Amino acid sequence: MSMQLIKPGINLDFVGKIKYAIIFSISLIILSIGFVIFHGGLNPGIDFAGGSIIQIKFNKDVSADQIRTALRSTKLEHSTIQQFGMNEFLIRTHESFSDQQILAANLEQPLTTAFSKDFEIRRVEVVGAKVGADFKRKAILAVILSWAAMLIYVGFRFEFRYGLGGILALVHDVIITIGAVSVMKMEFTISILAALIFIIGFSINDTIVVLDRIRENVKLNPKQKLGDVINMSINQTLSRTILTSLTVFLTVLALYIFGGAVIRDFAFALMVGVVIGTYSSIYIACTIVLFFQNLQIATIKGKK
Amino acid sequence: MFKEKIHLGLDLQGGTHLVLEIDTDKALETMLERTANDLKEALMDSKVRFRHLEKAQGATIALELTDADGKALDNVLRDKFPELEIASTKAREGSGQLVTLKINDKRAVELKKLTVEHSLETIRNRVDQFGIAEPEIIPEGENRIIVQLPGVKDPERAKNLIGKTALLEFKLVDEEHSLEDALRGNIPEGGVIAYGLRSDKSTGERGSAPYLLKDKALITGASLETAKVQIADRFGDVTVSLKFNSQGAIDFERITGENVRKRLAIVLDGVVHSAPVIQERISGGHAQISGNFTMEEARDLAIVLRAGALPAPVNVLEERTVGPSLGNDSIRQGIMATLIGGLLVVIFMVVYYRLSGAIADLALTMNIFLVLAILAAFKATLTLPGIAGLLLTIGLAVDANILIFERIREELRTGKTIRIALDTGYNLAFITIIDTHITGIVASMFLIIFGTGPIKGFAVTTIIGLLASLFTAVFITRVIFDYVTWNFNIKKLSI
Repeated sequence: MSMQLIKPGINLDFVGKIKYAIIFSISLIILSIGFVIFHGGLNPGIDFAGGSIIQIKFNKDVSADQIRTALRSTKLEHSTIQQFGMNEFLIRTHESFSDQQILAANLEQPLTTAFSKDFEIRRVEVVGAKVGADFKRKAILAVILSWAAMLIYVGFRFEFRYGLGGILALVHDVIITIGAVSVMKMEFTISILAALIFIIGFSINDTIVVLDRIRENVKLNPKQKLGDVINMSINQTLSRTILTSLTVFLTVLALYIFGGAVIRDFAFALMVGVVIGTYSSIYIACTIVLFFQNLQIATIKGKK
Repeated sequence: MFKEKIHLGLDLQGGTHLVLEIDTDKALETMLERTANDLKEALMDSKVRFRHLEKAQGATIALELTDADGKALDNVLRDKFPELEIASTKAREGSGQLVTLKINDKRAVELKKLTVEHSLETIRNRVDQFGIAEPEIIPEGENRIIVQLPGVKDPERAKNLIGKTALLEFKLVDEEHSLEDALRGNIPEGGVIAYGLRSDKSTGERGSAPYLLKDKALITGASLETAKVQIADRFGDVTVSLKFNSQGAIDFERITGENVRKRLAIVLDGVVHSAPVIQERISGGHAQISGNFTMEEARDLAIVLRAGALPAPVNVLEERTVGPSLGNDSIRQGIMATLIGGLLVVIFMVVYYRLSGAIADLALTMNIFLVLAILAAFKATLTLPGIAGLLLTIGLAVDANILIFERIREELRTGKTIRIALDTGYNLAFITIIDTHITGIVASMFLIIFGTGPIKGFAVTTIIGLLASLFTAVFITRVIFDYVTWNFNIKKLSI
């Protein structure tokens, strides 16, 4: 007997619980937006806001406070200092140090005074404000364009209401992932953007599989109520939806745990996105399809 | 194993990534300044009467004609300055008119494009001479240049070398007018104040000394044939010796001959390096720049002079430097995550789908090798996000197999034979698999268009991974299943 996580004859009442799903999703979206506003907007990384990041590794035990003390009365006095692994720290500032000499005077010299030569500067990234503004514009464009592309593709493959269902599910996923990034006080970087776009491409997969099955079943059982057909389709594809999300989740989890600090935020965003994307393909996309169906029926009745 | 074959991104091998912006507007203004001088001479030659002519705000020339009639000006412009056009005219009280000239739009666009091309070439020359293995210099957008320097140990030096305008000019020192007067703001016509670095040999202190120069450059770095470092004297002072090309040598001989006993300032990027007195006519086209260089500074200066001046100032918009130790850590952690993540998926597939899972795993392994092979073949760059992309495609590649296997299980449950269940399973799942791959690839495309460096690596590996999985997860597994079911009498599918 082969192993089965989801029993073949399963028939959970997804459609019947749509009300709760809608409440759940709306609360998550409100919470996400609320958190972003509460934190004073997104916390843009230097990619989008301009500024400098310096990653330093010490060969001895050092605390963030010690570093802050060492940097007092330099240009890095008001920078953010974040622990980034064993005796490794990230120093961020909104100033763009275009000149290495200024950086040396404000960082290397004071650190050498405080900790002698027991440290190594492992990474310096400087992004000018102008590039940051460019990246911001491109980022918004990239997200919107990928939504639009998915809408067009799904709309072309299925029909408009399916496409719209798919897209709203994607918008839902992106907002909630951004919310999770904001809750964790992570910086919004290009990596996070890449994660969002990956999620858009990934989440639509599950949605397409479910929609495909709905369409197949609508053809097979034209007399059945759409709600029942949708429910049947979700159940039939459920094990596939859960399983593929599980395999992707496993890889992202490995990335989160073992991939190192540089890529941890990216992996986190992906983990959230994979979970939310799976949920939304089951609930949000199907809800919209059903909603449009009811709307259609209502209009037809209204006309009579 | 793949290290030599696969090109690693700067985030993995360490190095410096620079995004430079060529200030093309500035280049246009510099050009217009020259044009303004030429126009002044041309108008005088053609006896067009004007009160005032100067380069004005933005890239325009302001001209005040004495006569209200602009015909004579039109003629000069048409004959000698086809690139100029009249932007506006305004009648002056009394007589005359104010004319604003600008470079026509088509020509301006052309000039900007040329400026960027020229800058790209100059920067390429400089980087080549600096001696970095496998640098990448790529134009981006209208006026940006991306420079990737793997393994650079001193990014500041590299940046100076690349970004230095290196405009070398020889200008006469104005000794007829008083420097003090000029410093008080009373600069004589055709004069300019420039500062020189002066260092006190005994104290080593560096200060700046003002010079009053005649603005017109007698000869520039464009007339150089070569430049090299020379140890000048027995004290070990380092100088950069210059050799002019044949026309440059003739000009230099004439200039020095005409100005014996006068001081000739050697100005580099607006800074006076020295202003020696011309002792005699210099023939042979040799000159040298001294100025308390370190050996390294002199070497870099010689490089930039040989490679030529940048036609416009360069701004560093973005600079990312990763040290080799961080790169090594990233490689180690990336490989670790990929192995563990991959192993989890492989184990899952075997546990859940038994022998069929093992077939999918075989296909998965081929997929990974295929992606690496394609990366190597196309000389694509593997970055840390790229490794993440590879790991994600492992998760996604089995997606296709799960789709197929779940479908086959469904068909088997309805009592179909193994062969029919396989056929139906593959056929029905195929369209969905195409769908999911297309959406994944399309989404990743947007990252490529947008992306810079590491993120682009993520998009590229993801796209390659998806394409490869279409082949391995669908085609390869099908071939194996067909082979097994045709050649052996299978009663029950291990799925």
